[in-house]
Amino acid sequence: MTAGNDTQAAAGAHPALCVRDLRKSYGEVLAVEGVSFEVAPGEIVGLLGPNGAGKTTIINIILAVLEPSAGSVRIGAMDVDRQRSQALAHTNFAAVYASLPGNLTVLQNLRFFGLIYRVRDLGQRIAQLLRQFALEQLRDTKCGVLSSGELTRVALAKALLNRPRLLLLDEPTASLDPAAARDTRTVIRALARDGRCGVLWTSHNMYEVEEVCDRVLFLSHGRILLAGDPRTLPREHGVRNLEELFIRLAREPLAHPAERLA
Amino acid sequence: MRLEPVAAILLRQWYLLRGSPVRALPMFAWVGIDIVLWGFIARYLNAVSGAGINFTTVFLGAVLLWDLCGRVMQGLTTAFLEDVWSRNFLNLFASPLTISEYVTGLVLASVSTSVIGLGVMLALAVPVFGLSFIALGAHLLLFLVVLYGFGIALGIVASAMVLRFGPASEWLVWPIPALLSPFCGVFYPLSVLPAWMRGLAHALPPSYVFEGMRGLLHGEPLGLSQAVGALALAALQIALAAWCFVRVYRRAVRTGLLARYSAETVS
Repeated sequence: MTAGNDTQAAAGAHPALCVRDLRKSYGEVLAVEGVSFEVAPGEIVGLLGPNGAGKTTIINIILAVLEPSAGSVRIGAMDVDRQRSQALAHTNFAAVYASLPGNLTVLQNLRFFGLIYRVRDLGQRIAQLLRQFALEQLRDTKCGVLSSGELTRVALAKALLNRPRLLLLDEPTASLDPAAARDTRTVIRALARDGRCGVLWTSHNMYEVEEVCDRVLFLSHGRILLAGDPRTLPREHGVRNLEELFIRLAREPLAHPAERLA
Repeated sequence: MRLEPVAAILLRQWYLLRGSPVRALPMFAWVGIDIVLWGFIARYLNAVSGAGINFTTVFLGAVLLWDLCGRVMQGLTTAFLEDVWSRNFLNLFASPLTISEYVTGLVLASVSTSVIGLGVMLALAVPVFGLSFIALGAHLLLFLVVLYGFGIALGIVASAMVLRFGPASEWLVWPIPALLSPFCGVFYPLSVLPAWMRGLAHALPPSYVFEGMRGLLHGEPLGLSQAVGALALAALQIALAAWCFVRVYRRAVRTGLLARYSAETVS
């Protein structure tokens, strides 16, 4: 049994992710302030913002590697603070700054993390992911010698090992060529479409966000400034596209969004 | 505690050892050199002293047991450092792996590699230098358990130090066994130590092992309180070391050090 049936059943009735009144400060410096949002099962939510806006801080808090100063995070029915291990069993992530150990091969890494996540029928699951991400030829290659695009594919394969209910992707296509990036978007969209997995996606590629995300959250100085449908938000705020909206928000981060965009 | 995550930590160590002879070499090389060096010293002392003491067991046996304790500590710390060197903390600690599973995996990895080291030491010391532990009898098992326990406690504390002070603090960790050896009475009775050093020695389980070993070789029985005390002390130190590691880990999560570990500091 990889995870309790009771927790699985309970998770179905809850959002994939529920973040409430999140706050993180380092002394006097506020990294995140009053952030609340949800990700529903089957939904892809884009977490957007300029560098240093607090995106990675929020992701680290969700992943329980950073303790919030206040607020709560629930993954499915489980509180990350009190049920860390159970909550993270249903979660996974891929991030450019968290590459897999370079001294293990692709297969060894997937076996290692498969055991940690207690994946059922691990050999079969690994074979499936190697096929899905075109990694079969690289299965016995050490991750340290892979190209950044190949590494991203391995990280994505690792992120899908445990068929997560919540998938956190921090710039998942940043190192991929356009064709591989499109394949990745297709895989993630298909994953979300089956209604089981909620995805929190960060990216600086606004065209990609518009294509993939059902909803976006604009973050600046640790606060959510705007939220909405990436396809309608630009028009609602009098700009041509999401990139223009992003630039406008990033350049005037301290004003109230309603005043700024009026 | 679940079996698979513990097995994962153990399996990772196996993959690393299998894939890199450089990692396997220290398991044999340093202990082998120590045994050869002290084997010849003991052989020489046996030839010239005429004191009726079997230096082979007194010195070579002591070196073997002390080396084993050091190897257990270093095996555990090295397994932990593998995650430091490969910047794997985020992948590990953002997973369902619990701290107890992680530390248990490190302990088992260390015990496995040190058993191999022990085998190499015995393979050299017994046939080449005639080392015999027969005089120690079943007490040898007790001594091994105490030394393994102390080595595990030291390894956990050393890993906590690296987690707390960053990757550069690695150099602080390696000399720990050498720093402790004068207090443990590896080669001499505790009675030769000044009072303040003796006080410290009584807090170190290996000192009971080496005192007990010398006593047995002189025909003095090992006191039950001494044996139980050494075991209890080692168990207590493992518990304290684990508590220390958990505290350091929680602090690293609170301050953000774990998420930005390569920066070594959050300030």
